[in-house]
Amino acid sequence: MAERAALEELVKLQGERVRGLKQQKASAELIEEEVAKLLKLKAQLGPDESKQKFVLKTPKGTRDYSPRQMAVREKVFDIIIRCFKRHGAEVIDTPVFELKETLTGKYGEDSKLIYDLKDQGGELLSLRYDLTVPFARYLAMNKLNNIKRYHIAKVYRRDNPAMTRGRYREFYQCDFDIAGNFDPMIPDAECLKIMCEILSSLQIGDFLVKVNDRRILDGMFAICGVPDSKFRTICSSVDKLDKVSWEEVKNEMVGEKGLAPEVADRIGDYVQQHGGVSLVEQLLQDPKLSQNKQALEGLRDLKLLFEYLALFGIDDKISFDLSLARGLDYYTGVIYEAVLLQTPAQAGEEPLGVGSVAAGGRYDGLVGMFDPKGRKVPCVGLSIGVERIFSIVEQRLEALEEKVRTTETQVLVASAQKKLLEERLKLVSELWDAGIKAELLYKKNPKLLNQLQYCEEAGIPLVAIIGEQELKDGVIKLRSVTSREEVDVRREDLVEEIKRRTGQPLCVC
Amino acid sequence: MPQLGLLPRRAWAALLSQLLRPPCASCTRAVRCHSQGTRDLSPQQMVVREKILDLVVSCFKRHGAKGMDTPAFELKEMLTEKYGEDSGLMYDLKDQGGELLSLRYDLTVPFARYLAMNKVKKMKRYHVGKVWRRESPTIVQGRYREFCQCDFDIAGQFDPMIPDAECLKIMCEILNGLQLGDFLIKVNDRRIVDGMFAVCGVPESKFRTICSSIDKLDKMAWKDVRHEMVAKKGLAPEVADRIGDYVRCHGGESLVKQMFQDPRLSQNKQALEGLGDLKLLFEYLTLFGIAKKISFDLSLARGLDYYTGVIYEAVLLHTPTQAGEEPLSVGSVAAGGRYDGLVGMFDPKGHKVPCVGLSIGVERIFNIVEQRMKTFGEKVRTTETQVLVATPHKNFLHERLKLIAELWDAGIKAEMLYKNNPKLLTQLHYCESTGIPLVVIVGEQELKEGVVKIRSVASREEVAIKRENLVAEIQKRLSES
Repeated sequence: MAERAALEELVKLQGERVRGLKQQKASAELIEEEVAKLLKLKAQLGPDESKQKFVLKTPKGTRDYSPRQMAVREKVFDIIIRCFKRHGAEVIDTPVFELKETLTGKYGEDSKLIYDLKDQGGELLSLRYDLTVPFARYLAMNKLNNIKRYHIAKVYRRDNPAMTRGRYREFYQCDFDIAGNFDPMIPDAECLKIMCEILSSLQIGDFLVKVNDRRILDGMFAICGVPDSKFRTICSSVDKLDKVSWEEVKNEMVGEKGLAPEVADRIGDYVQQHGGVSLVEQLLQDPKLSQNKQALEGLRDLKLLFEYLALFGIDDKISFDLSLARGLDYYTGVIYEAVLLQTPAQAGEEPLGVGSVAAGGRYDGLVGMFDPKGRKVPCVGLSIGVERIFSIVEQRLEALEEKVRTTETQVLVASAQKKLLEERLKLVSELWDAGIKAELLYKKNPKLLNQLQYCEEAGIPLVAIIGEQELKDGVIKLRSVTSREEVDVRREDLVEEIKRRTGQPLCVC
Repeated sequence: MPQLGLLPRRAWAALLSQLLRPPCASCTRAVRCHSQGTRDLSPQQMVVREKILDLVVSCFKRHGAKGMDTPAFELKEMLTEKYGEDSGLMYDLKDQGGELLSLRYDLTVPFARYLAMNKVKKMKRYHVGKVWRRESPTIVQGRYREFCQCDFDIAGQFDPMIPDAECLKIMCEILNGLQLGDFLIKVNDRRIVDGMFAVCGVPESKFRTICSSIDKLDKMAWKDVRHEMVAKKGLAPEVADRIGDYVRCHGGESLVKQMFQDPRLSQNKQALEGLGDLKLLFEYLTLFGIAKKISFDLSLARGLDYYTGVIYEAVLLHTPTQAGEEPLSVGSVAAGGRYDGLVGMFDPKGHKVPCVGLSIGVERIFNIVEQRMKTFGEKVRTTETQVLVATPHKNFLHERLKLIAELWDAGIKAEMLYKNNPKLLTQLHYCESTGIPLVVIVGEQELKEGVVKIRSVASREEVAIKRENLVAEIQKRLSES
């Protein structure tokens, strides 16, 4: 044992020597000499049963996507992208990492959740935390004044993962943003229209979009008597109202954050309110709130927004909710969040929110933080929280016992007898060249039964069976896997017949 | 893909020099660039990229591959010691108190890890994703540190060479589909390379380093490679010359047959195995109709350590401008091979899962297509909008909002300007600059009559349609075009 340990030590030292020489760019001859020594030492060690020193896993908070999960993911992205394109968005992409300084100071308290890259002698880099800050950087860098773009990509946060609830450290975001100086609330209304279209198309159940405004929140805090310095921290308490009761939130504000109880009560009067445009109108008349300039701006914008949402036919899905606060610092105007509702078990029950699946808002100051002259480009946008949607769609498919195919293969090229590999290779190649999705088993002489079983497992609808007699007759047996009906098709008509049955256009696209 | 003619030699030279342009140097502006060796993709570039990826993925799907994805980073220990000499080029994440992580360097090692982790014995999969390599930009100009790979792999114990042949078929289908001009796929075998070194008298300890010299033959002349092997790596000159005799050989199936008869090579068991497999491979490639695109090339070596059998590399060719000129290869656009030992390195019991696969170098393809478009002044639409909802009058915002919602709800791709009272000319200009084919115009008179005007942007013809028939009329026009 001791000899082994000594040998392992020698191997380690020799390995370091080799690495050192390589770094110093020593002569190739010297390096190769030392490598030979290393290999000899390693050979002496022999096979090591404890070679497996690591556990086979993905990093904490990350996961692979299996083919089944990819199929679900593709379906979901398809629906989302179709909606973005329907609204005339272009698409961009940015690198997975940014210069560390680009991300610094943009995420407030969340900054500690950023993944940094090791300092390996170059620039200091960090993995992107969202797609919004890279977007603002892109706008400033390219001196763009307006753009309507979507971006679907993974982002990285060193959070405490809760993978059962769809909270990962690496996860997809689907962002849509409209940048530019435009007439008020039209782009904002379109963002909400997009959110509604997407959530409806996904068929994940009934949903509600809560809307509020940063200026209304701040104005409300001001007139309730919240000290300026406590704005943000009281804001994050109020933000918890979707998960905990008002009593608990009040306790936190008064007991932990030192807010005067009467101030908390005044806040309580406001934040427990939610409604439609009538609530906006009501608050415009509110004696205290209407005295605050900020709040008035926010309320007026919301009034205009509701007009447009009505014209878009979605105002019944939107709720003006004074408890909506939203974490990120960079929002400057309207903010919104979509939640899925559980259907009430009995008539009259309040729908219980089950978590947000999309959110966004207006952020007019972010691009200015990147622009050398501080030039502002107003932006409004939304982000779809697809990871949660993936699990919901997956669960729904399982509940419906709907089989999700992981391939799109239309035909299996099979043989009934032995020694027909050549014929199978020729035929499958013909089908591929005609644009047909086809497979064959990688066996020289597969049994017909195995080939048919393969089709059933993979959901392949057709089999093209080559047989000795059929070859002589110049035909191929085309068999439907589900109905088991077989028909002889002339070799030269096979492509057309398959395309007809699978609903494909006859030209090779 | 638009079919454009191949460029004359001078244009190729200009193209090449542009391709070798160094990546973004550090900026002096206050707005810092993206980091060195990486870049954003503009809407124009994304359209090109998506077309290319679409074509590649539909080919993979046509061959029955399943999609999968892995995280951007792996546990550092997973990636260590898998890449041989290239290990120093990995991006590490900072030690922030948790696991030690590194950004993935390719998609093959994560695939092997996935197979071992999930105890999968057979799988045919594709994976499109980004990988990261800390290439030194001064040494390798024009190479990005973040780039996209499109991998297709078949894992599993199967009858010999059928999956390998399918990989080559896929490479041909993709390169044909991309219409980048003529191409060639060089094929060799690790066992033939090693056997050849053995019979030429290369000492075993020098195998890998001589291999990486041979690998440079696609960029360097033989005499320079020979010099490196003899002067820098201490190879005996007569050994180098013997190697030279072999590595200048390339040909089709007949070369395989010839090598079987070679007095020295036929004595080497490894080489014979490799040649036997290549013979079978060529039979299948002939049945697939692609044998003429394949060249058995004894100079093909390929960098990565994990290949155990057949290896291949696709290069684009420049057609000779005059008869007799050698085709000028402009670099490899796809490559792959068989790697039977990699999964076993992850499996706790060392269980092997044989694998063969290929990787499409989309970045290079992407560059070529982009340059071609620039040279020919080609522009592509960056949106798919079909209709602009417009008005010549003031105070018609509400009407536009109602109308556009109707179009969206019917699945029509529509836009409107975000102005309360835009000028008609501005709206028409917007259509022209973004390529929107139709305008739907709503105005006072039309409103009274219960109609809207549909205008073709190209022909400028206008026709009035009853409001309730609008969606059907638009859908009809769009399906006709």
